[in-house]
Amino acid sequence: MARYQLDARRLLCPMPVIRAQNRVAELQPGDVLEVTCTDPGALNDIPAWCRINGHRVLATRRDGNEVIIDIEVGDGT
Amino acid sequence: MSQAKRKAVALVSGGLDSMLAVRVIQEQGIHVEGINFYTGFCVEGHTHAIRKKDQGKDKRNNALWVAEQLGIKLHIIDIVEEYKDVLLNPKHGYGANMNPCLDCKIFMVHKALEWADKNGFDFIITGEVVGQRPMSQRKDTMPVVARESGAQDRLLRPLCAKNLPATLPEREGWVDREKLYDFSGRSRKPQMALAAQFGFSDYATPAGGCCFLTDEAYSRKLVDLWQARGKREYEMDDIMLLKVGRHIRPAPHYKLIVGREEGENNFLEGYRKIYIHLRPISHTGPLVLLDGEASEEDIVLAARITARYSKGHTAEQVTVQVTDLNGVSRELVVAPLSPDELKPEWHL
Ligand code: SF4
Repeated sequence: MARYQLDARRLLCPMPVIRAQNRVAELQPGDVLEVTCTDPGALNDIPAWCRINGHRVLATRRDGNEVIIDIEVGDGT
Repeated sequence: MSQAKRKAVALVSGGLDSMLAVRVIQEQGIHVEGINFYTGFCVEGHTHAIRKKDQGKDKRNNALWVAEQLGIKLHIIDIVEEYKDVLLNPKHGYGANMNPCLDCKIFMVHKALEWADKNGFDFIITGEVVGQRPMSQRKDTMPVVARESGAQDRLLRPLCAKNLPATLPEREGWVDREKLYDFSGRSRKPQMALAAQFGFSDYATPAGGCCFLTDEAYSRKLVDLWQARGKREYEMDDIMLLKVGRHIRPAPHYKLIVGREEGENNFLEGYRKIYIHLRPISHTGPLVLLDGEASEEDIVLAARITARYSKGHTAEQVTVQVTDLNGVSRELVVAPLSPDELKPEWHL
């Protein structure tokens, strides 16, 4: 169970979701991916994407202009 | 019906039709997952994020929302690079604007087919309806999509299947043709009735098409960009910037992109380093990017146009800061351009 980071700053939705999706596909269930975005739309889109694809959002936080979302990779069900 | 649960991949745009198509097939016990293609021109997403006045309104990504309502997985695929060839060289030409709908559909169904084969899915479904759209959804063009995409009879359109020859899933009995539909034409009533039957509400109803290429003003700006550059090509930044601001071309060799409100100004800020840019400092006003080559005379005119869109538009003088590509700024004191000096044909 490892922790990874993804820089999705300056990308506009849906690009941050696409990047997160593609990175998650390479990780193992239980791994955590920390995604940093500047488009606040990611706060809606990434959790929605996680809900429908069986992953879990552990935490979201804002740091100035940045939005940081921790995704726990699910087992694909 | 065969023992193993059959699987279909659906093209999900975020609109009602594909939503209905998925539910119709789910009701027949088929496992459905969605696929959504991002061309860069999609109406989804950013414009809402960019424009402040829209921010509260509709920030959701409709494709994700639809998938969630349907309880299906959604795979979003970035086709920005590959799509360039579709848009620049469409074999079947363009629709009313710069929309290459037929080639676009063929390409998307082809990509969905590749995805289906890779992931062990049996067939592809779309929300297409015969006669719904003037280019890609005609009785004579729908077989073209099936054929040229390579999907052939593995492409099923549940909303109008009864108007078309039986496809593989129907012939094999994976789905019951009798429970499919025979919608045709431009009327939206049958879709709305079916939506009510399924209990769908609050779905998105995009006018025209699913992308900016069906938009006349957007297409005009895209063609202008190609003309000005002397070649038909684009980068992601170009197509994003065409969605934002007022575009004014006072001369063939340069244009101005004027932020219309705070959200757009903030968005344009992100491009400051790659464009000469102007902003009024004696009055509040827009951030303006200058795309192209500009002489000193052009810069003065650009400053006057910037002043024209500032709060100081009726003032005698407005101080405008001009920053060049090296980040060096200077100040110009100019008279705002009067409304009749700003020629209507400059507006793109
Ligand atoms: S409207 Fe745009 S995305 Fe939709 S089929 Fe036409 S070109 Fe493709």
